[in-house]
Amino acid sequence: MAVLLDENSKVLVQGITGHQGQFHTKAMMDYGTKVVAGTSPGKAGEKVNGVPVFDAVAEAVAATKADTSIIFVPAPFTKDAVVESIEAGIRLVVIITERVPFHDCLDIMPYARAKNVAIIGPNTPGIISPGRAKCGIMPSHIFKRGSVGVISRSGTLTYEVVAAMTAAGMGQSTCMGSGGDPIIGTNFVEALELFEEDKQTEKIVLVGEIGGTAEEEAARYIEGNVTKKVAAYVAGLTAPPEKRMGHAGAIIQRGMGTAESKIKAFEKVGVKVAKYPSDIARLL
Amino acid sequence: MKLFEFEAKNVFSKYGIPVPKGAVVSSAADVKEIASPVAVKAQVLVGGRGKAGGIKFATNPGEAKKAVGDIIGMSIKGYKVRQALIEEKLDVGKEIYISFMIDRAARAPLLMASTMGGVDIESVPDKDILKIHIPPLIGMQPFIIRELRRKLGLEKALADQVADIAQRMFKMFKAEDAELVEINPLVITKDGRVVAGDAKVTIDDNAMYRHKEYARVEQDLTPLEKEAKDKGIAFIQLDGDIGVIANGAGLTMATLDTLNKKGGKGGTFLDLGGTDDPEKVKEAFELLMKANPKVILMNIFGGITKCDTVAIGVKEALEAQPAKVPVVARIRGLHEEEAKKILKDAGMVPVDTMEEAAEEAVRLRGK
Repeated sequence: MAVLLDENSKVLVQGITGHQGQFHTKAMMDYGTKVVAGTSPGKAGEKVNGVPVFDAVAEAVAATKADTSIIFVPAPFTKDAVVESIEAGIRLVVIITERVPFHDCLDIMPYARAKNVAIIGPNTPGIISPGRAKCGIMPSHIFKRGSVGVISRSGTLTYEVVAAMTAAGMGQSTCMGSGGDPIIGTNFVEALELFEEDKQTEKIVLVGEIGGTAEEEAARYIEGNVTKKVAAYVAGLTAPPEKRMGHAGAIIQRGMGTAESKIKAFEKVGVKVAKYPSDIARLL
Repeated sequence: MKLFEFEAKNVFSKYGIPVPKGAVVSSAADVKEIASPVAVKAQVLVGGRGKAGGIKFATNPGEAKKAVGDIIGMSIKGYKVRQALIEEKLDVGKEIYISFMIDRAARAPLLMASTMGGVDIESVPDKDILKIHIPPLIGMQPFIIRELRRKLGLEKALADQVADIAQRMFKMFKAEDAELVEINPLVITKDGRVVAGDAKVTIDDNAMYRHKEYARVEQDLTPLEKEAKDKGIAFIQLDGDIGVIANGAGLTMATLDTLNKKGGKGGTFLDLGGTDDPEKVKEAFELLMKANPKVILMNIFGGITKCDTVAIGVKEALEAQPAKVPVVARIRGLHEEEAKKILKDAGMVPVDTMEEAAEEAVRLRGK
């Protein structure tokens, strides 16, 4: 079944006429994703890779029945783009954009939740259900359809983990990046909930990093709620405190959010934690 | 971005939050007459300045000059003090703690308050701290202020002042795109005034485009980190001697961790990010070289960009400025065999896995 995204998802690209929007529209379509529409204010009537461009999301949804949106617009316009999507009836919004202000995310996330819309990101490579569809910017060739659900706070580190799994013959049901920011949409706990329910998913991989308490919350949730086998990797054991390690969310603040604390939390509930990223496949 | 105490207090004034009368100086010569007695406080972005001797008291201009002279130039946790805040010494009756911050897990602002102010909030028992979320889509509500008053248990005249300050703090927290607005201690003076004794404010870097007034150099960056920031490269100097360059924040951290497990120590966190721009690769390597590593460890996962394209960029960067130290290169993704050949021809040591790369870097460093 996969989670959140499958071959029936109808994808709308917000910011389709920009460099990234054009490039990834083609890449997503090459993978087999149904990209049905794009938006770019003032550019209605144009086409990108054969996909019709609209001025507004509501118009695009009315014409194409798009149910999923992927956002490539710059950070200052992201909140507007997400709310426009939610108002137009989109059910899943993937925010690729980086550097979205935290207070904008504090508006976006509770609003989406109140409207029962799933958000992935911001600052995420997106979501892929291998062999079905991709709504994101990840390299398709490393993925393989299978039964492992993957959720990660990182981009290339996920590719590393997934490539090792694929090389070991272990395919994936759905892989999603939760995003490198402090305030994000679908988090570890919500992804665990989805993967636990999903029939295609048999095992789950979590790729965490320093900052916040998402891993500790995931560990608490796993105990008593998750019956499937879970393995994890946590990056940042050697990260100095009070420094943002590339991701806005990857920061040890006031002694909180260390890799040690996260690894301990996982191990306490029986989740195996890989020493090296490539070990994940072996642990499963 | 963290604000200095004096900057944060200037913002407080703008929002009508009471602060002590004061002025910031950068040398003893700047000290004119003072309204005695005063506190002279080192302006640094790290905690613990009191214990480090960064706060002194004075009752006349001579003492104040001496205190400023002692404080400016001193080093607190590795950071040099460049400015001091001279302000009226408060006649402290009581100290409380109050802050607003972003609670990541709850995806909501969090108000924290305690009657045990003036100490690290981490050292205050949980039961003595009020923690209450502000509904993000609705904002401050009267019940939150009622809870605050109940927890602090102050007499009405003081409680009114604290309630007013809390509401102004929240207004500022939102309008200034703050990650943190903290007053510790919020001082209740013996004559019944409520004044911000200290101020810790962090502004969200992502929102800087709508707060141009904060544009300035951050103090807690090394010169190289500052250069990297200006060039838009994610770079952090660490205390090891192996220069690590990788793409993606998570992968760069994982590479540093792997290096550590193999007995090495990273000297840089350099996240190359997108790898298809040869100019950016060149800039990154130039920066890395300036950190004087004994060995360079590069770990690239090709992603959408083909590895040979990345390898050509790296080769050109090293031709423009030879590394002088061994470069261990691990590159994965499409066209990786071609990439390895290019890197080898350019004098680098290509390896297959992250673990091997770390082992090789440690071995070459030991030579």
